[in-house]
Amino acid sequence: MSVVADLGISFGRVAFMMFFVLNVAALLGWVERKQSAIMQDRIGANRASIFGLRALGLFHPLADTLKMLAKEDFRPARADRLLFELAPFVSVFFALVAFASIPFGDTLRVGGREIPLQAVTLNVGLLYVFAMLSLGVYGVMMAGWASANNYALLGGQRAAALMISAEIAIGASIMGVVMIHGSLSLMDIVRGQGRLLWGWVPAWGILTQPLAFVLFVTAGIAATKRIPFDMPEGESEIIGYFVEYSGMKFGMFLMTDMVETIVLAGLSTSLFLGGWQIPYLYAEGFRFPWGAAVALSPLLVTVLQVSAFVGKVGAVIFVLMLIRWTLPRFRYDQAMRLGWFGLFPLSIANIVITGLLLLAWESR
Amino acid sequence: MIARAAFLVVAAIAVGSALGLILRRNAIHGALFLVVNLGSIAALYLMMGAEFLAAAQVIVYAGAIMVLFVFAIMVLIPGKEEIGPDPHRRARLLALPIGALLFLLLVLVVARRWTGPAAPAAASGTADAVGRLLFTSYLFPFELTSVLLLAAMVGVMVLARRGA
Repeated sequence: MSVVADLGISFGRVAFMMFFVLNVAALLGWVERKQSAIMQDRIGANRASIFGLRALGLFHPLADTLKMLAKEDFRPARADRLLFELAPFVSVFFALVAFASIPFGDTLRVGGREIPLQAVTLNVGLLYVFAMLSLGVYGVMMAGWASANNYALLGGQRAAALMISAEIAIGASIMGVVMIHGSLSLMDIVRGQGRLLWGWVPAWGILTQPLAFVLFVTAGIAATKRIPFDMPEGESEIIGYFVEYSGMKFGMFLMTDMVETIVLAGLSTSLFLGGWQIPYLYAEGFRFPWGAAVALSPLLVTVLQVSAFVGKVGAVIFVLMLIRWTLPRFRYDQAMRLGWFGLFPLSIANIVITGLLLLAWESR
Repeated sequence: MIARAAFLVVAAIAVGSALGLILRRNAIHGALFLVVNLGSIAALYLMMGAEFLAAAQVIVYAGAIMVLFVFAIMVLIPGKEEIGPDPHRRARLLALPIGALLFLLLVLVVARRWTGPAAPAAASGTADAVGRLLFTSYLFPFELTSVLLLAAMVGVMVLARRGA
């Protein structure tokens, strides 16, 4: 019986994660169109309707998906068959599994069981997400090379160069957070952000590591190839690595973009915005620094925490979309220069400063 | 039992991808096989409880170094129709004796069950344990490696500057 229950719980943890990521990814297609429309004073997608019901254009993702599934799946004659077919799957796979070790709630205690609210408990969870994000570029490179198209190849090469420069900045910028919490487990890092500085300020990463936050988000946008770092795609110049793809395989590349945006938002939430933490909310309820306290049932606390996580991820995605529709695309060499001469040295400086401050803080 | 089966599967993938690497004519395919191989080695580390080592293997080798390799191959290695006859055809004759020597060495090692330097007693795969070992017992080799890498980096810069 308990084996069945354990299996069920593991399944539930993974299922929640997949449900969350896949549905938000589908929704993001709508958000992207609608938010850009509002920002540019347009109405945006609103024609798709079911029995006259338009629901603010919410049926558009559904219509898009059906259209892509029904389209011809074309493969260029000179393409490398296996790699061409494999590339979108590799791309979307690594984006999807990356979310696995991001915690969406504190440990839930039900009937004597302790269920950590994350799909997979890893004590190197942060490195795991980072590793999966960095492997995702193979899908893009394979697509670019296998298409037997020079524009696609250019896109693949740009993606590789961009990934390397962004990845090093990401790795160096998260070191400061790791140094503060002394752990590579995302659960520990989120828990550590529940502490209060001077008795009332929550020790969220954005306050303890402001520079790292900016560097991480910048490098993260570059790693997910979104505007202003979308040179691998650059539809106005080379169209990019997916120029030869059609139908749902093209849709999978689009989906990868969305899923990677969610992963980036989830990771920034966990590292810098306190993950599932709500200030002054503890396992037994609210306990405010001015002495007031509100007792809450453990289940309600868990629901609040999970909603806080979802809300924060949504907020970060909103900001990422704002950036995406505000900035123009960098030129390729500008992005390289920003990565190697801007983000990377600043991240190293951040590590040194964090180390010195930590030493000073501990020897108070 | 399950662990053994999983080990066999991962080991088979590792050997298969290693064979793919050396048997494929296509350089890109070979490089991608090497990525699979590095990934399966990381899986083996993971099975031995070395989570940090596995993550570092994937990030550093599969995620960074091999991306550069594939990038370089895409840019520099010409396609099938552009290669003439192999100018190093003679060198292929060396492959057999050198390969035989390597194989002999492997056989000797396996036959003698030579275990290498004794593993530290309290081996643990956490970043904490790895870091502690690197900066205490293995500090000298660790620093030596970093000097080696630094020398390589400086060398590359000198070579790159000379052309410019």
